[in-house]
Amino acid sequence: MIRALSITKSIHDWLYSSMSENMAHLVEMVLIALVYLAIFSVAGLFLVLIERRVAAWFQLRIGPNRVGFQGLLQTMADALKLVSKELTGTERADKFLYNLAPYFVIITALMALAVIPFTQDFQAFDINIGILFLIAISSIGVIGILLGGWSSNNKFALIGAMRSGVQTISYELSIGLSLLTMILITGSLQLSQIVEVQKNGWLIVQGHIPAIIAFMIYMIAGTAETNRAPFDMAEAESELGAGFHTEYSGMKFAYFFLAEFINMFIIAAIATTVFFGAWLSPFGITESIPILGVFWFLAKAMVLVFLMMWFRWTFPRLRVDQLLTLEWKYLLPLNLMNIVIMALIVWQNLIIRF
Amino acid sequence: MSYFSDIFKGIKTLLTGMSVTGKYFLTSRKGAITQQYPDNRDTLKMFDRFRGEVIMPHDEENRHRCTGCQKCEIACPNGTIEIIWDRGIDEETGKKKKKIDKFVYHLSMCTMCGLCIDVCPTDAIKWGQNFENSVYDRTALTRVLNKPGSKLMPGVED
Ligand code: SF4
Ligand code: SF4
Repeated sequence: MIRALSITKSIHDWLYSSMSENMAHLVEMVLIALVYLAIFSVAGLFLVLIERRVAAWFQLRIGPNRVGFQGLLQTMADALKLVSKELTGTERADKFLYNLAPYFVIITALMALAVIPFTQDFQAFDINIGILFLIAISSIGVIGILLGGWSSNNKFALIGAMRSGVQTISYELSIGLSLLTMILITGSLQLSQIVEVQKNGWLIVQGHIPAIIAFMIYMIAGTAETNRAPFDMAEAESELGAGFHTEYSGMKFAYFFLAEFINMFIIAAIATTVFFGAWLSPFGITESIPILGVFWFLAKAMVLVFLMMWFRWTFPRLRVDQLLTLEWKYLLPLNLMNIVIMALIVWQNLIIRF
Repeated sequence: MSYFSDIFKGIKTLLTGMSVTGKYFLTSRKGAITQQYPDNRDTLKMFDRFRGEVIMPHDEENRHRCTGCQKCEIACPNGTIEIIWDRGIDEETGKKKKKIDKFVYHLSMCTMCGLCIDVCPTDAIKWGQNFENSVYDRTALTRVLNKPGSKLMPGVED
């Protein structure tokens, strides 16, 4: 099940030759988990930095540019500061749940990364229900938010958590249905299969009009899933202090913060995989160099991440009723209609293939 | 059918908003309003509207425009201005006349409300652009605005 990069082949062989099969399997899984953890906590920090710089440019500011060259080490320094800070809590908080909540959020975020195909061989876990797994995992994160808000013994945190629950339950539908629209073309939930189908043109081209509608709905719902502005009512600073993580400090706060950015990357990565051909290069220009797949994947994902930042620094926050109107009166009916159109297109074979 | 036209109108207005911020994003390098103080301390120029402190401009012959009418002292809501005045003999007419001895300005109490400047009938006081006011002792912020030996500019009272 674990498909390793060819570079790691020798490590793989060595592990299997030096110990029993089960043991080697276990050790290998732990190693991969550690590598992912290391890569993505650093990547998450850099996403925070990019967000801050991009936000500054949108607002005609300069942004952090003092720590390291052009502020490259700024978020590292922030993380170090957070590690050294005291972990505070409220009186009569539910200590166990309060401490558990950040781990729920960060672990689900990291679990979702396992199935994402960064390139041909760089995919930790190519499960045959990939998309379903991603959707399922991304809904578990909200439990962490709910627990955190509930156990903080703070009204703002509770309101933030409840809003987050409302939001996630609503927008989960749109995410699922818009991805389902694309599954109609691919006929498979396995991510490597989905990429395989796109060798004849990215799905957004293959599915043309309904695919573009599905992509727009996915991006809206995806932004809502990550609790980012304009859907950031769960942590609306101007109304709720910091929402569900008001009472968290130090590293536990950092977990929430990091998880938000990793989730943003995951939403962009799923969109890249399902709509834009994952690691496939445009027109297959670098097909002979498979390692460049990572570059193409990250480039596409970063463009989508930038799009989400653009949303954030342009649109004002929605009210709760507007949020629900948007989902239940607009996105959901459109989505269902879109699925019917897509089904017709697939049935009549009107797909554009090269 | 207003359902679909609403959707298109919504998308259009969202895209308009994004194009506005997009333009700002692209021009931000040139248009950034952030000042990298203190790196550019020598070249930094504050905005015209900036209210740093109240100053009293003097001309080359050390003359100011303050007649000592004390309107600013009355106008100030928090007693920032204290005018210590005196009577002197006017050289031209030989009559006794009110003039300022010391125009005392307590910067530490000033809220930069601008009432004193608005109320001054002779435009004797203005906004200064200085903002580097950190000191170790509050008394260092008490200033005498008229320079020693300064006189009233002739013709101001006419
Ligand atoms: S600006 Fe306002 S507070 Fe300051 S001296 Fe003038 S009147 Fe007083
Ligand atoms: S500064 Fe203006 S208002 Fe104040 S005493 Fe002098 S002339 Fe009168």
